[in-house]
Amino acid sequence: MKGLRIIVTVKQVPDTADVKIDPKTNSLMREGIPSILNPEDKNAVEAALCLKQQHGGTIIAITMGPPQAEEVLGEVLAMGADQGVLLTDRAFAGSDTLITAFTLSRAIMKLGKYDLILCGRQAIDGDTAQVGPQLAGFLELPQVTYAEHISIEKGNAVVRRGLEDSTEWVRVKLPTLVTVTAAVNAPRYPMLYNVEAACDGSRIIIWGAQELKVPETMLGLNASPTGVKKIFEPERKKKGQIITGDPKDMTGILIDKLQELNML
Amino acid sequence: MDFKLTKQQKLTRNIARDFARHELEPFAQEWDEKMEFPREAIAKMRSLGFMGICIPQEYGGCGLDTVCYVLTIEELAKACASTAIIVGVHNSMGAYPIYLLGTDAQKKKYLSGLAAGKKLGAFALTEPNAGSDPVSMETTAEQQGKSYILNGTKTFITNGGTSDIVIVMAYTDRSKRGKGITAFIVEKKFKGFTAGPKENKLGIRASDTCELIFENCPVPATNVLGPFGGGLNAALEALNLGRVGVAAQALGVARRAMEACVTYSRERKQFGRPIADFQAIQWAIADMATEIEAARGLIFKAATLKDQGASFATEGAMAKLYASEVAMRTATKAVQIHGGYGCMKDYAVERCFRDAKVIEIYEGTSEIQRLIIARDVMR
Ligand SMILES: Cc1cc2nc3c(=O)[nH]c(=O)nc-3n(C[C@H](O)[C@H](O)[C@H](O)COP(=O)(O)OP(=O)(O)OC[C@H]3O[C@@H](n4cnc5c(N)ncnc54)[C@H](O)[C@@H]3O)c2cc1C
Repeated sequence: MKGLRIIVTVKQVPDTADVKIDPKTNSLMREGIPSILNPEDKNAVEAALCLKQQHGGTIIAITMGPPQAEEVLGEVLAMGADQGVLLTDRAFAGSDTLITAFTLSRAIMKLGKYDLILCGRQAIDGDTAQVGPQLAGFLELPQVTYAEHISIEKGNAVVRRGLEDSTEWVRVKLPTLVTVTAAVNAPRYPMLYNVEAACDGSRIIIWGAQELKVPETMLGLNASPTGVKKIFEPERKKKGQIITGDPKDMTGILIDKLQELNML
Repeated sequence: MDFKLTKQQKLTRNIARDFARHELEPFAQEWDEKMEFPREAIAKMRSLGFMGICIPQEYGGCGLDTVCYVLTIEELAKACASTAIIVGVHNSMGAYPIYLLGTDAQKKKYLSGLAAGKKLGAFALTEPNAGSDPVSMETTAEQQGKSYILNGTKTFITNGGTSDIVIVMAYTDRSKRGKGITAFIVEKKFKGFTAGPKENKLGIRASDTCELIFENCPVPATNVLGPFGGGLNAALEALNLGRVGVAAQALGVARRAMEACVTYSRERKQFGRPIADFQAIQWAIADMATEIEAARGLIFKAATLKDQGASFATEGAMAKLYASEVAMRTATKAVQIHGGYGCMKDYAVERCFRDAKVIEIYEGTSEIQRLIIARDVMR
């Protein structure tokens, strides 16, 4: 094999886990909040870089968003990716997860052959974890979600999946799509050495609806079947209680508590 | 006029900000307290390109502009002012003079190592009896065959103990006074060159500041940096850039102090409401924000002039003077807003207060900046 061709999907998101919600419009209030590369997408980029280190190859990062989303491609290039693709067009605005995945799939088809698509499990601004799996659907690829470890062996991806109460090992033939969680690695920092090359424009392709040859009726808000009915802040769970003291006292308190709650 | 950062500048700032937040901020207080050189963080920064920000890529640097440089120093300083000066002195006073004045051979031998972060740089002008007035220095360099023999003592040298390469100013002809000083590239491993113990300082405590002692230290004649007798000019040239960096360091400290006030004044309640509700506090913060913005303007102006190849010495002195005094005023007010808590080491404003004082002194005191500015204005 002549090295891997890896595509990584990335998204620019607001830099905070607790964005405020506008009670009038039911939408997220993003003004004044700095944007960052979605954390688990950063893990996906790191996973791609590690695989490239082992097997050689090229890494192409792809994002869909407003023109300023180019910033996250700059960051990913400075981490060591080879190329960035920005999908930006007014016609893309308002896409739900399905149409986002559809649009990404068309761009990826246009990019040609690949061995592996890596996605972050979910974006911190929507938490849906849908785009990765939907993208695999449009591309008719096998998918492995919640990856905590990935290796490539003889044309297969071997993936450890972190499930709620267990781990699962999966072997799957390339090409495939894998979504990763934060547990997969600790992402490296982008390098200042790479800033000049990342920003000179030579490594970023910009495509709109025309380049993708998709009719506008299949794009953006109008094509999106999902409507947001209501957005709300989840009620904060009660804080846990931390028992302190010497082990004997702590055990006593713990047993009393559990009995109080009829759990013993 | 366009106040927008370029793509490069924005990306650089984001990289520095992200790094500083995770790798400096959590440890800065402990480093300060223990006078601990941030060895691990610097090691990481060496491999990421922080040690050759403006040096062209052909010499192993990043090839970024001066605005990128000041943005980086500002972000580092906001988290840890000591780290900012370690990086700042290395870039502007260690690597930059060699880039500016070095021969091809010197650039190959020294600049590439510095820019790639393999070697740490320092700059030695100050002596026990020569601070603001470098012409009164006593260090000498006497020619002996193909070498110069250095004798003398430099004092308060940043990166003194940790550096590998030091730019040293010494008299080659005392009778010529300012025109008899020559700059030398001196390797730490040269015979007769030792560093004294780390000074125990008021602020900027994590950077190691040392005395450097030269006792019959032979330096090859090929290590003369720039024109013979042009050492003072070389030093002033390096200081021009250094000062813009120090101004950015001051800006980072001021921003840190102000942001601490915004958070603290919302949380701290007295007389039944957050102290942020009192106009006295709001006005103090408004003044901080205004002065910080003005300082930023001066710094960007000086850095932009440099990038355009224009002279920026006066603007650099203005930026250093103003930003360091803004840092001091902001930090003083910030301690006040924090009350008794502001005097405690657990609060970052306590460190900002001590760091700001030092920033008003090194790379030319406020008085010396005023002297430079007045000389230009009243010419
Ligand atoms: C933490 C730290 C790091 C440093 N790092 C370095 C380094 O890496 N390399 C290096 O070479 N030096 C370094 N220095 C030295 C620093 O640059 C000097 O301390 C500074 O230039 C002042 O010199 P001085 O301490 O001798 O004070 P002096 O020059 O003795 O000044 C004493 C006072 O007199 C005032 N004064 C002097 N002359 C005049 C005048 N003509 N008009 C009005 N007022 C005047 C000064 O402003 C000051 O207030 C460092 C200093 C510190 C504290």
